[in-house]
Amino acid sequence: MAVVYQRSKGLTETEQHFCPGCTHGVIHKLVAEVMEELDIIGSTVGVASVGCSAFAYNYFACDMQQAAHGRAPAVATGIKRVHPDLAVFTYQGDGDLAAIGTAEIVHAAMRGEKITAIFVNNAIYGMTGGQMAPTTLLGQKATTAPLGRQKDLHGSPIRMAEMLATLDGCAYAERVMVTDPASIAKAKRAIKKAFTLQLAGAGFTMVELLSTCPTNWGLSPVEAIGWLKENLVPCYPLGVYADRAEQKEEAAK
Amino acid sequence: MAKELWKGNEAVAEAAIRAGCRYFFGYPITPQNEIPEYFARHMPEHDGVFLQAESEVAAINMAYGAAGSGARVMTSSSSPGISLKQEGISYIAGAELPVVIVNMMRGGPGLGSIAPGQSDYFQATRGGGNGDYRTVVLAPATIQEMTDLTQEAFDIADLYRIPVLVLADGMIGQMMEAVEWKKPKARKLPAKGWATDGTKGKREHNIINSLFIDPKDCTQHNQNLQKKHDLITQNEIRFEEYLTDDAEVLFVAYGTTARICQSAAIKLREAGVKAGVFRPISLWPYPEKELYLCANRGCVKTVVCAEMSMGQMIDDVKIALNGSKPVRFIGSGGGTFPTSAELMAAAHTALEGV
Repeated sequence: MAVVYQRSKGLTETEQHFCPGCTHGVIHKLVAEVMEELDIIGSTVGVASVGCSAFAYNYFACDMQQAAHGRAPAVATGIKRVHPDLAVFTYQGDGDLAAIGTAEIVHAAMRGEKITAIFVNNAIYGMTGGQMAPTTLLGQKATTAPLGRQKDLHGSPIRMAEMLATLDGCAYAERVMVTDPASIAKAKRAIKKAFTLQLAGAGFTMVELLSTCPTNWGLSPVEAIGWLKENLVPCYPLGVYADRAEQKEEAAK
Repeated sequence: MAKELWKGNEAVAEAAIRAGCRYFFGYPITPQNEIPEYFARHMPEHDGVFLQAESEVAAINMAYGAAGSGARVMTSSSSPGISLKQEGISYIAGAELPVVIVNMMRGGPGLGSIAPGQSDYFQATRGGGNGDYRTVVLAPATIQEMTDLTQEAFDIADLYRIPVLVLADGMIGQMMEAVEWKKPKARKLPAKGWATDGTKGKREHNIINSLFIDPKDCTQHNQNLQKKHDLITQNEIRFEEYLTDDAEVLFVAYGTTARICQSAAIKLREAGVKAGVFRPISLWPYPEKELYLCANRGCVKTVVCAEMSMGQMIDDVKIALNGSKPVRFIGSGGGTFPTSAELMAAAHTALEGV
């Protein structure tokens, strides 16, 4: 019997802890498949962060380090400077990357650190139980914003892909979503491009993936997909925000 | 080998390079800026990496990543910056990574002063970060000793997979002294089979981690760490005795303050008072039994603990002596230090009080 679909070799057989309808599992699969297709599972080091992403070190089959909250880009910098020939990626949520770890991600991008940040944006703190994130939408309720996020109290959502794209060291930044087969295929192409550019030495690369959190959004998995498309996408438009490798090629022509 | 004149901050950096350290991550802070500056100039000659991080927090986490990748790595700072590194040091201890950290202490608390201090003793020996962990703390009193201990610090870190802190102060960092470059005694060091250097398809993935979500696993991890701490306590205690054989008043001091105590002891003896100095070199593990024996084997009547702080190591002195001798404290925090005249007066007062 022909095998038409199987677990990527980039993943271990450890059972994942994610809630039903959460798209972390899809994103894990995409990163794993990209490593497998590029034949770099044995020459990649991943950095897990703090949040629902914490146990990523058990799920990816490549070497892994677990970082303190927000510090994954600094840990990845240490790894990459010791092993410049390896692919190094961080796997971070929005609390980790866009709140406590803003200094580390901004300066990794500024240095053009040759790493790839996989940034999972679900507009909420998942692991700790639904607190407000810097990415939480205006009006969106959270346990620490029970009346919903208010602009005058909490400020407006932070757009990391756009922010980091302003830095020359950011070779590639794209925002994608993982809601249906077409968008998942597109997300995988973005991750593959980021890893490929990293290995070519282009600089810092990031893929921001809009992701669901049905548990803390208080929605069913299907409703969560719809809510993401209707609410997250207008605030966080999909697209390529930095592609400096392309700019360099164009300049050369 | 001929002696060379070295500034403390540059000597500690050179000692690291001689010990095979090729990765340094740091952030500017007075009075230790010559350390990152030395690495910035000299790491390229050794195909090494110097990186000025965006913060102390980032620097210690870069050190975590590099150590986890199998490299010899150093970071340095001074008191307020070392406070920022505490989270990272706890993670490094939890993940059992070898990292050498230098603290050129200055006056505190807060921004304090930029003058030499010893008020980070609690932070260094009790752990400024969370959890049951220990950091090996080596406290040199001369630049020569700092170069020797720094080289050995890398071996200790690799042997036990533990962070090692070289705890000096702005005085030792800023002054110049003669140094004769020596190699530490050779130790058999284990291979770093745990490092994340890519599986190359030949082994299971390595994981560098301090998270044990099952409390039973975390308890076991803590017990394993404790076994390691016990082993280090057996093997790595260092101290020096100075004029202690017939001493009636015993100073206990480390680092720069111990040198001032030695001057005071000489002057006291010239005045007919038998004074000596017990100098802990490893502050953790603390030479607890050794201090007890020193104070109780001969004619010691009283003990004076001297520090450039308001009284921190004195806790360990009291624990070590266990009530066997009266203990007095003399010291000053914030960036000043007791003079030998003040130490002599303290010795006289202590003897009168016996």
